Amino acid sequence: MAGFNKVVHSYDEAMAGLENGMTVIAGGFGLCGIPEGLIAQIKKMGTRDLTVVSNNCGVDGFGLGVLLEDRQIKKMVASYVGENALFEKQLLSGELEVELTPQGTLAEKIRAGGAGIPAFFTATGFGTPVAEGKETREINGRNYVLEPAITGDFAIVRAWKADRYGNLVFRHTAMNFNPMVATAGKITVAEVEEIVEPGELEPSQIHTPGIYVQRVIQAKFEKRIERRMVRQG
Amino acid sequence: MALSREQVAMRVAQELKDGYYVNLGIGIPTLVANYVPAGIEVMLQSENGLLGMGPYPTEAEIDADMINAGKETVTAIKGAAIFSSAESFAMIRGGHVDLTVLGAFEVDQNGNIASWMIPGKLVKGMGGAMDLVAGAQNIVVTMTHADKYGASKLLDACTLPLTGVGCVKKIVTDLAVLEVKDGAFHLLERAPGVSIEEIQQKTAGKLVIKGEVPEMVFA
Repeated sequence: MAGFNKVVHSYDEAMAGLENGMTVIAGGFGLCGIPEGLIAQIKKMGTRDLTVVSNNCGVDGFGLGVLLEDRQIKKMVASYVGENALFEKQLLSGELEVELTPQGTLAEKIRAGGAGIPAFFTATGFGTPVAEGKETREINGRNYVLEPAITGDFAIVRAWKADRYGNLVFRHTAMNFNPMVATAGKITVAEVEEIVEPGELEPSQIHTPGIYVQRVIQAKFEKRIERRMVRQG
Repeated sequence: MALSREQVAMRVAQELKDGYYVNLGIGIPTLVANYVPAGIEVMLQSENGLLGMGPYPTEAEIDADMINAGKETVTAIKGAAIFSSAESFAMIRGGHVDLTVLGAFEVDQNGNIASWMIPGKLVKGMGGAMDLVAGAQNIVVTMTHADKYGASKLLDACTLPLTGVGCVKKIVTDLAVLEVKDGAFHLLERAPGVSIEEIQQKTAGKLVIKGEVPEMVFA
C-alpha cells in the first residue's frame, strides 16, 4: 500500500492487525450485502473474543454465522437474530452475550460513531427494556433515550465498485448498513465486486468517499438468497 | 364471522390515502399491498433502504442484491429510491412515513404495544419495530382479537415487554376495527356477522361502544 493506493491483493493483508478482543462492525442486512470473504478470513484467522456489531448474525453455515462455529464471537450487537440455530444455542447456554438494539438506533449509533458524535437522544425504545439503565430526557414534551455511538477497531463492508482511492459505490439494497459501517472503523476494509480506474466513478454519485476506507480487496461473491420469492411472470 | 387474514388486509387497505408513504410489516400487513384501492397511489417503504417497493420478481428478474426488510427477493417500481439504513430510519424516525401497519402480541387501552419478545421463549430481536412505532404519524396494528385459547390481546395493560408506549391509534382485528384514545378502546366497526357481545367478551381492556356499531363494508 503506497500513498492513496488502498488496494490489497490477499485476505491476509486485508485483515492484518485483527486481534483477539477487538470490535468488528460488519455491513449487510440478512445475507444481502455482506463481506463474505472478509468474514471467511476472520474464521480462518481464528481470532477470538470478538465483539461483532451487525444488523444480523448470518445464518447457520453462512455469513457471520460461521464465526459462531468456533465460538469466536463473545458479544453480538444486532437488531434481529432469529435466523440462526447455533446462535440460539450459544445464547441460551450463556456462551454468547447479545445486545439487542432497535434497527434504526443501531444504524444511527454507527453513523454517529463515524461522524464524531458520542451519543444522541432518540424516542425509539423509550418505556421499553431497551431504555433500562440509560439516561432519558424530556425535550419539548416528548421523552427520549440517550444512546451512545459505536465505533470499531475494524469495519468490514461490501461494495459494488471501488477505485484505488477507496471511493465506494453500493449496488441496490446491498447498500443497507454498509455506508455507515464504512465510516466507523479505525481500519475499514471494503470487499468489492469491481475495481475501476480513478475518474470512472462519477464524483457526485459516490456513496462512500475514500477518506473512510483504508483497504480495498476485489472478490467474487456467492450472494446467497435468504428468502427466494418469485411471481409468475 | 371472524375475518380471514386477507379480509383483515382488505380492511386495513381502506385506511390508505392517495399519496401516502406506507411501511408494511411482516405477515398480514404485507398482504395489504394486494388491496390498494383503485385510483389511489401509495409508495411502499421497506426499512432496509427502499422507497417504492414493487412486487416479487419473476424468475428472470431475481437479484440477490434486491431484497425487502423480510429478506425476501423483491423489485423496485419505476421511480423508486434506494438508500442506506441510516437514511431509511431518518425517514421513519423523522415522521415522514404517513402510515405504518404492523402486527402485535398485545395492545393496551393506552396505546402501548408489545410485539417483539415473549420472556422464556427465544428472543429474536425487535428489528425495526421500535423505530417504526416511535416515528410513524399513524400506526395501525393488525392481529387476531384473541389468542387461540380465547384470551384477549386487547388489554388494560400489556403484560409482555413493550415495543413502544402510547403510540397505537387504530387496531384492525379479525372481529373489529377499534380506535385507541382517552385510555380506552372505542369500537368503530365489527366484522360482518360478529356480535357486540363477542367483541365485549374478547376485549379485556376498557371498551367504549356508542350507538349502533356498523359492520365493515368490503368493496
